Amino acid sequence: MHVAALTAKGGDTAAADGSALWRRAVWDSFAKLNPVTLVRNPVMFVVELGTAVTALLSVWPSLFGASPGVGRGYDMAVCIVLLLTVLFANFAEAYAEGRGRAQADALRRTRVQTTARLIGEDGVELGIVPGGSLRRGQTIRVQAGEVIPGDGEIIAGIGSVDESAITGESAPVIRGAGGDFSSVTGGTRLLSDTIDLRITAEPGGSFLDRMIALVEGAERQKTPNEIALNVLLAGLTLIFVVVVVTLEPLAEFLGQPLPVASLTALLVALIPTTIGALLSAIGIAGMDRVLRFRVVAKSGRAVEAAGDVDTLILDKTGTITIGNRMATEFVPARGIAPSEVAHAALWASLGDETPEGRSIVALAQQEGIEAPAAPPSGAQVIAFSAETRRSGLVLPDGTEYSKGAVDAMAGLVEAKGGAMGTDVRQAADAIARAGGTPLAVAEGGRALGVVHLKDIVKAGLAARFDALRAMGIRTIMVTGDNPLTAASIAREAGVDDFVAEAKPEDKMRLIRAEQAQGRLVAMTGDGTNDAPALAQADVGLAMNSGTAAAKEAGNMVDLDSDPSKLIEVVSIGKQLLITRGSITTFSIANDVSKYFAILPAMFSPILPVLGKLNIMHLTSPRSAVMSAIIFNALIIPALIPLAMRGARYKAMGATEMLVRNMMLYGLGGVLLPFAAIKAIDLLLTALHLA
Amino acid sequence: MGLVGAFLVLVVIALAARPLGRYMFKVFAGRPAFGDRIARPVEALLWRLGGVDPDEGMTWKQYFKAVLWLNLPMALISYVILRTQTHLPLNPDRQGVIAWPLAFNTAASFVANCNWQAYSGEQTMSYLSQLAALVFLQFTTPATGIAMVVGFIRALGQKTDTLGNFYADYLRALTRVLLPLAFVGSLVLLAAGVPDTFAGAAVVHTLQGTTQVISRGPVAALEAIKQLGTNGGGFFNANSAHPFENPNWLSNVLEIIMMSTLPIALVFTFGHMVDAQREGTSQASLRIGARQANVIFGVTMTVLVACFLIIYGSELGGNPALHSALGVRLAPNMEGHEVRFGQALTALFVNNTTAFTTGAVDTMHDSLTPLAGGTALLLMMLNAVFGGKGVGLLNILMFVVITVFVSGLMVGRTPTLLGKKIESREIRLATVAMLIHPVLILAPTAFALVHRIGTSSLTNPALHGISEVVYAYASAAANNGSAFAGLNANTPFYNVSLGLVILIGRYLSVAAMYALAGSLASKVPAAVTAGTLRTDTWSFGWVYVGVLVIVGALTFFPVLALGPIGEALSMHAGMWF
Repeated sequence: MHVAALTAKGGDTAAADGSALWRRAVWDSFAKLNPVTLVRNPVMFVVELGTAVTALLSVWPSLFGASPGVGRGYDMAVCIVLLLTVLFANFAEAYAEGRGRAQADALRRTRVQTTARLIGEDGVELGIVPGGSLRRGQTIRVQAGEVIPGDGEIIAGIGSVDESAITGESAPVIRGAGGDFSSVTGGTRLLSDTIDLRITAEPGGSFLDRMIALVEGAERQKTPNEIALNVLLAGLTLIFVVVVVTLEPLAEFLGQPLPVASLTALLVALIPTTIGALLSAIGIAGMDRVLRFRVVAKSGRAVEAAGDVDTLILDKTGTITIGNRMATEFVPARGIAPSEVAHAALWASLGDETPEGRSIVALAQQEGIEAPAAPPSGAQVIAFSAETRRSGLVLPDGTEYSKGAVDAMAGLVEAKGGAMGTDVRQAADAIARAGGTPLAVAEGGRALGVVHLKDIVKAGLAARFDALRAMGIRTIMVTGDNPLTAASIAREAGVDDFVAEAKPEDKMRLIRAEQAQGRLVAMTGDGTNDAPALAQADVGLAMNSGTAAAKEAGNMVDLDSDPSKLIEVVSIGKQLLITRGSITTFSIANDVSKYFAILPAMFSPILPVLGKLNIMHLTSPRSAVMSAIIFNALIIPALIPLAMRGARYKAMGATEMLVRNMMLYGLGGVLLPFAAIKAIDLLLTALHLA
Repeated sequence: MGLVGAFLVLVVIALAARPLGRYMFKVFAGRPAFGDRIARPVEALLWRLGGVDPDEGMTWKQYFKAVLWLNLPMALISYVILRTQTHLPLNPDRQGVIAWPLAFNTAASFVANCNWQAYSGEQTMSYLSQLAALVFLQFTTPATGIAMVVGFIRALGQKTDTLGNFYADYLRALTRVLLPLAFVGSLVLLAAGVPDTFAGAAVVHTLQGTTQVISRGPVAALEAIKQLGTNGGGFFNANSAHPFENPNWLSNVLEIIMMSTLPIALVFTFGHMVDAQREGTSQASLRIGARQANVIFGVTMTVLVACFLIIYGSELGGNPALHSALGVRLAPNMEGHEVRFGQALTALFVNNTTAFTTGAVDTMHDSLTPLAGGTALLLMMLNAVFGGKGVGLLNILMFVVITVFVSGLMVGRTPTLLGKKIESREIRLATVAMLIHPVLILAPTAFALVHRIGTSSLTNPALHGISEVVYAYASAAANNGSAFAGLNANTPFYNVSLGLVILIGRYLSVAAMYALAGSLASKVPAAVTAGTLRTDTWSFGWVYVGVLVIVGALTFFPVLALGPIGEALSMHAGMWF
C-alpha cells in the first residue's frame, strides 16, 4: 500500500508554518514537565523523579549519605541528561499535537461567524439568530450565497452546495430534500436556490466541531491496545524500580554503597523510556495520517479496529466498478459490417445523455465513426422509458435508429416487418452469460447487431485485493445483480466471494454471520438503509456524500466519498500498531547493551573483576554511565520521524512480518546501542568530558 | 559417555511425556481411558461421599475458591500435626516439639508444593509427621497443581462460562495420575534398593567398636511421590544425595525421569484439550493446540538442554582457583558430589530439579561451580522451563501472553492467543503475575542482606553469601524447595519470610492467572486468516524464548552479576574471599 503518497492532498495545512510549530512544541515541552500531567505517563514520570533526585544531589551531595568517589559534576551531568530525556519525550508529544493543531486551525478558519434565519413549522420566518446558537430540531432557511450555519437535513428545496471547506473538492454537489443526498454540513456554502433545513447537531457538536476536536487531540481517548501497552510498560517500569532499589542493599552488604546518581541512571536506562516517550505521539500521528488521507475517524479505536479487519464487504457499484456500465464491443448480425452497427448505435445514442449512451458514442468514435456533437435539428429523440425499454433517434428524413433490451427490440423490429435473427439472439445470450448487458441495435426494421455493455472494474483493484489477501483479509462483493453477472465481475475484480441479488438487509445478515465466526468486518455505505449495517460493522466507513444517518452510524467518514479508500485505512491501522510494537521491542531489547555499559562501571569499585563485563571497553565508569543515558535520551528524537511517519508496512503474511520486524527492531535493538554507546563514549573521551 | 547417558535419559523423558499427556487429556476430558474399569467406580463412590457433581461447571472464581478451600484445611491439619507430633503415635525415635515458625514454614512450604525444608527430616519429624502431614501434602498439592492448569486450559478453547469442576479434576489427578504412578514408582525404587520400613532407626555397633544410629523409615513410599509430584521434600536432610533415598545411578536416573515427565506431559495434555474443545468447528482441522504444544515443548526443551550443558560444562571445568593455589588440577568439580552418580547425571539432576521446581537434590548445590549454581538459580528465576506440576505451564502461558501481545502489535494486529484476544485486561493480569516473581525474590533478599537477622544465618561471606540468600528466596518464590544449603534457614526470620514468599508466590500469581482465565474464557476465538499471527509456529516459539530471556532473565542480571557471575569471574581470576 502506498501510504506515503497519502499526504498529497491535505499536507499543505500542516506544513503551513514549520518554524512556529517548532517554537510552540519546544515551549510545550517545558510546560509538559508539570508532574501533575506527566504522572499519566508512568515511565516518563519515573524519569522526572530521577531528574529531581539528581538535581537535589547536585545541590546537596550528601543527601543520601556520603557517596563514594563521585562528585557534584557527575550528579549534575546525570541530572541534565535525564532532564533532556523528559524534554525530548515531551517534545515528541507536543510536536505531534502541534501538527494536529495546525490542521485544526486550518479547519477553524473555514468556520466563519454565521447567522441563521429561523423559521417556524409553517415556514414563516421568525428572525435572525447567531449560527452558533442553533439547537438540534430547529428549522432554518438558507439562501443562495449564504454559508450554511450548522449541520442539518434538508426538509424542503434543492440546491448546489460548495463543500470545498470540508472536503477540498471544488466541484459543487447537489443536495435536496428526501432521498440519500439530503444532509448538509455546517461551514459549507449554498451556491444556488433556497433550502429549508432541520438542524441535527447541538452547538459545538457539529461535524466540523468534532473534526477540530479530534485532530487537536482534545477528545483523544487511549485505544484498547494503547491502554494495554501502557499497563505493560508500567509493569516493566515497576519491575526495574524493584531491581534497582534492591541493588543498593546488595552493594552495602558487599561493603561498598553505590552512588545514587548511578543507580538513577541505571533505572532510567532500563525502563522502557523510548516507547514511553513516543507512545502518545504515535497515536496522535496515526490519527493525523488518517486525516491527511482525508478520512475522519471518530476515534482512535476505529483506526485500530481497521488494522484488525478480517473481512471487507464492498458494494459492487461505485467501489469495485465505476458506477455505470460502458459499451465495450459492437457485435454485428450475420452479413452486417461492424462499422454499420457502430454507426447505427452511435446515431441511436446521440440524444441519450445517460452514461451508457455516452459510452456508446465514445466507443463508436473510437472505431472511426464520424458524428455530430448533438442531434441535428429536426431530429426527434426517443427517450428511454421503463415501459418501452428502448431509446433512439428519428431523423427528419424518417430514418429511425434505435437500441434497447433484446426482446423489446425484437418486438419493434417485427412490428416494422423485419425479424431478429437467431445469431443476434445468440450473441446477446453470450454477452449476458459473460455478465454483460446486451443492447440490440436496429435501423428501422433491420436488426443490425448487439452492443456489449459491461461493468468496468476499476483499474488496479485486482492487485489491491491480492495485497489484501496477503494480509489475510477476505473481500466480499455485494451486488443486486443476478448471480451470473456477479460471478463474472467478481472473477474480473479478483474478490474472494460475492453475494448476488442482495437486498439491503442481506448486508446486515452477512456482517453478523462473519462476526459470529470471530471475524472483524469493515464496510462502506452512504444510504440511510446502510446505516444499521454501518453501525453493526466493526469499521463502518460512511461517505461524506451520504445521508446524515449513514454518517452518524459509521465510525469513519470519507471526505472524498471514495469507498475503495477503505483499503488504505486498513493499512494505516496496521501501521499504527506495528509502529508501537516495533518501538516497544526496540526499547526493551536496548536493555541488554545498557546492562553491559552500566553494570561493570557501577560494580567494578566493589569487585574489580566485574570490569571484565565491560565488553565495549568504555573509557571510564563515568563515561560508560553517561554514554548509556545519553544514548537513551538521543534515541527519542532520533525516532520521532519514525513515530510520525509510521513503521514501513508491506502486505505480507503475519509470521513472515514477525520475523522481519523482529530481526529489524529486536535484533537491531540489541545490537545498535552497542555501537552507538561505544561511539558516544569515544566522543566523550575525545572531548575530555569523561 | 556420561553425556550420552544423560541425553538418553532426556530422550526417554520426551518419549514418555507424549503418551502420558494424551492419557491425562482423556482422563480430564472424561473420555474412555486406560484403567476406567477400576477407577470409575471408585471415583463415583468418592464423588457421592464428597457430594461433588463432576459435571457441574465452576466459574473461574468458584474454581479458584475451591482451590483455596481445599488447600487451607490441609495446611492447618499439617500445621497441627507438626505442632503436636510428640503427643501422636508413630514416633519411634521420640522426635521433639517443632517450634511455630518452623511448623508454619513447613506447612506453607508443603501445601504450596514447594517443599523447602528448614529442618532435617530424620532429626525433627516423627513418622506420622512425615506421612500424614508431609507425604499426604506431597500427593494432594501436585494434584491441586494439575487441576489448576487443567481448569486454565479450558479457558483457551471455545467461549465458555465455566472451567470445569475443580474437585473432579483434583480427584482425577489423584486417582488416575499420581496414585497409580507413585505406586508403580515406589515398587521400582524398592527394586532399585530404596528401603521402606516403619521400624525406628537402626542402632549398630561398628567394626571400630562405636555405636552408630542409622535413620531409616518409609522412604520408598515418599521418594516416588517426592519426584513425581515435583515436591522434592526429602525424608532425610541430605535428600536424594542420601544413599537410602537414592542408592545408585539407576535410582538416580529413575528419579530424574519421575520428576521431569509429568510437567512435560501436561504441555501435550494442553494441546489435546484445546483441540478437543474445537472439534466440530471450522478450526478443528488446524490442530492448533497440538501444534502449539509442540512448539512450546520444542523451544522449552532447547532451553532446558542449553542450561544442562552450561551446568555440565562448568562442573567439568572444576575450580581453576584451587588449581593455581594448590598446584593440583581439580577438575571436574567433585566437592559435595556423590561419586556414585557421575558428573553428567549429577548435572542433569541439578538442572531438572531446578527447572521442574522439584527441589530434590542429589548433590550439594552450595558446592556447585558458580556458573552451574547460577544456572540452577536462573532456572528458578525463569520458573518457566517446564516448571512444576501445573503452575509451570501457567507461567509459560503467562510469558506466551506477553510475547503474543508484543509480537501481535509488531504485525499490526490486535494480538490473539489461540484466537482469544489479548486486550488490556489480560495484559494487566499477566503483568501482575509477571511482577510477583521478581519482587518476591529481590525484595526479601535485599532486606535479609542488610539486617543482622538475615546476615547472621550466612555461612559464606561476600558474593557467595548473596548467592545463598537469593537462592533461598528464588527457591521459595518458584516453589522449588531446593536449597543452596549453606544458609541456616531455621531461624524465625527466614522461616516466616520464606513461608510468606512461598504462599504469595503460589496463590497470588495463580489468582492473577485465574482472573486471566476468566477473561479469556469469555471470548469467542477469532477466525484464523493469513493475517493472523499464528502462535503455533517455530518463528513465534523463538520470539517467545527471546522475550523469556530478555524480560524474564534480564531482571535478575544485576543480582546474578553480584552473585554467581562475579564468583565465576573471581574464580577464574584466582581471587579468594
